[in-house]
Amino acid sequence: MDLQTLTYIVVGASFALYIVIALLSQARSTGEFYVAGKHVHPVANGMATAADWMSAASFISMAGLIAFLGYDGAVYLMGWTGGYVLLALLLAPYLRKFGKFTVPEFIGDRYDSQAARVVAVVCLIVISFTYIAGQMRGVGIVFSRFLNVDISIGLMIGMAIIFFYAVIGGMKGITYTQVAQYCVLIFAYTVPAVFISLQVTGMPVPQLAFGSEVTSGGGFLLEKLDRVVTDLGFAAYTSGSKSRVDVFFITMALMIGTAGLPHVIVRFFTVPRVRDARMSAGWALLFIAILYTTAPAVGALARLNLTETIQMGSVGESDGNLAYEDRPEWFKTWEDTGLLGFEDKNGDGRIQYYNDANAEFDAKAAAYGWNGNELRVDNDIIVLANPEIAGLPDWVVALVAAGGIAAALSTAAGLLLVISAAVSHDLLKSVFARRITERNELTAGRISAAVAILLAGYLGYNPPGFVAQVVALAFGLAAASLFPVVLLGIFTFRVNKHGAIAGMLSGLAFTVGYIIYFKGVFVAPFAVNSPENWLFGISPEGIGALGALLNFAVAISVSALTPPPSAEVRELVERIRVPA
Amino acid sequence: MKKRSHWQDNLRLVGLCLSIWFLVSFGFGILLLDVLNQIEIAGFKLGFWFAQQGSIYVFVGLIFFYARRMSAIDKAHGVDED
Repeated sequence: MDLQTLTYIVVGASFALYIVIALLSQARSTGEFYVAGKHVHPVANGMATAADWMSAASFISMAGLIAFLGYDGAVYLMGWTGGYVLLALLLAPYLRKFGKFTVPEFIGDRYDSQAARVVAVVCLIVISFTYIAGQMRGVGIVFSRFLNVDISIGLMIGMAIIFFYAVIGGMKGITYTQVAQYCVLIFAYTVPAVFISLQVTGMPVPQLAFGSEVTSGGGFLLEKLDRVVTDLGFAAYTSGSKSRVDVFFITMALMIGTAGLPHVIVRFFTVPRVRDARMSAGWALLFIAILYTTAPAVGALARLNLTETIQMGSVGESDGNLAYEDRPEWFKTWEDTGLLGFEDKNGDGRIQYYNDANAEFDAKAAAYGWNGNELRVDNDIIVLANPEIAGLPDWVVALVAAGGIAAALSTAAGLLLVISAAVSHDLLKSVFARRITERNELTAGRISAAVAILLAGYLGYNPPGFVAQVVALAFGLAAASLFPVVLLGIFTFRVNKHGAIAGMLSGLAFTVGYIIYFKGVFVAPFAVNSPENWLFGISPEGIGALGALLNFAVAISVSALTPPPSAEVRELVERIRVPA
Repeated sequence: MKKRSHWQDNLRLVGLCLSIWFLVSFGFGILLLDVLNQIEIAGFKLGFWFAQQGSIYVFVGLIFFYARRMSAIDKAHGVDED
């Protein structure tokens, strides 16, 4: 059977599974639609959260990103896992005790203010849509690369599947499909990782292979990698090139942002008890950690593989570089997709892959007769091409396709659900149509989910020019807007609606302003995005942490100058602080 | 009063856990990176290991530790859910 057919079968089977689960778990009430009736087992919720959290970017791009960033990749590894500690200790149990459906609802009740609730809804919608556009794009890309269909058709198939289980099943349907999607994606991720670990180091566990000796000689993997890449003018793998301040702030922004993402927080509304919310966060992080501790190992192994494939002999020898004619089969396959590119700048028919942005290395390169870096490698190739580079059987390649699609679908569905809940529950029911019946609210929830899917599909097909920038924006926004006011709402009595609204708006304005200033979303950037221009040396990716601090400071000072909240609010805070 | 001492115990535990959280990630993985990278264990520079592996393992352990200790605290103060 050829790879194409096999991929169709594996991906088709995974879709059939999701649809069956959706049919078995239809939502019949708003409680089931928004929070799965609060009956989800903490381990199942942990898996669902993990699938919800790990997006197409985590699955496809992260290992590649780390492979080329080296140490600096730690910002993603620590940032996107450490947030769960904040979530488990500072937010999840109390929000579960609060016992309602959405994050804006908590903000509205705690601060006794419709205005605060609406501001929270706006933050939520902006965060979720920026995120979802990237997911839909991911669905389209995976379809087009593995199934050879047009991106638009890939998108439509993806939309149809999500439509089916999100609109019918609501949170209940999404939860159980996400459990299945987690299993698919983690299997698809670890199988190739184990194989490549075995090949390079003889040690099957990627996390240990990361610190093992390379079987082809040359010592420990990381030592060898440091040597091999510095010989080619790159920064040492284990030291990285970002400033320490920037690494600190980006990590902090991603952690706080993770804890403030509404589609993650809401998952902890679905378990039966406060105790389960705490445990469930542990399970979620455990399931996430399986992928997140594998990814850096895959990154390092693949970077070594790739470098040694191109730089096959000693650096500077005329026959040390791979001749373009002798390039392996996978090289040709990925050249066709445009993810790999070769340009013979010095006309010697061989591929030179080195850091031509390193001025100190220029003299050496010139002496070797090199005329610039000739290989262009897309980050995504590290995961996507790994099975082929490692010479794994076709079924593994097919599995990676199914895994990538599972990662993208599960995240998109979770995001769509918080958007539809915010529209039908926080806007419609609480602001525009207070007397709406439960049945009508459920219908409204379904309609808004459907509209959100169409909009997301459109954004995925016509990604606005700023799509690359929006991830930073989404995390920065979540960190600077929602996290601080939810936290203060639980841990203080004194912060009131004036403080909360002022805090959210100032954190938001500062963060958005800073990102636009350097990255120019919708408008041209106002300044060159480089370290000399940054405030305290913090890049736009890390500015959300400062935005969060500003939010805290403003919320506390404004509250101190205005009257304290009512006795009812005080009672609410007292109540959510204890499980029973 | 029962509630207040429960909350105090909770805050102490959260404080302890967050100190560890900060220490392994921002401390070992970022601020003390160069110092710890002088130490090499089993093929890893220690600072690099904390940044790309160790901190994640500690995070997982921390959440389970918190969840367990917190259940005990709830019970001791008579505010558990059973």
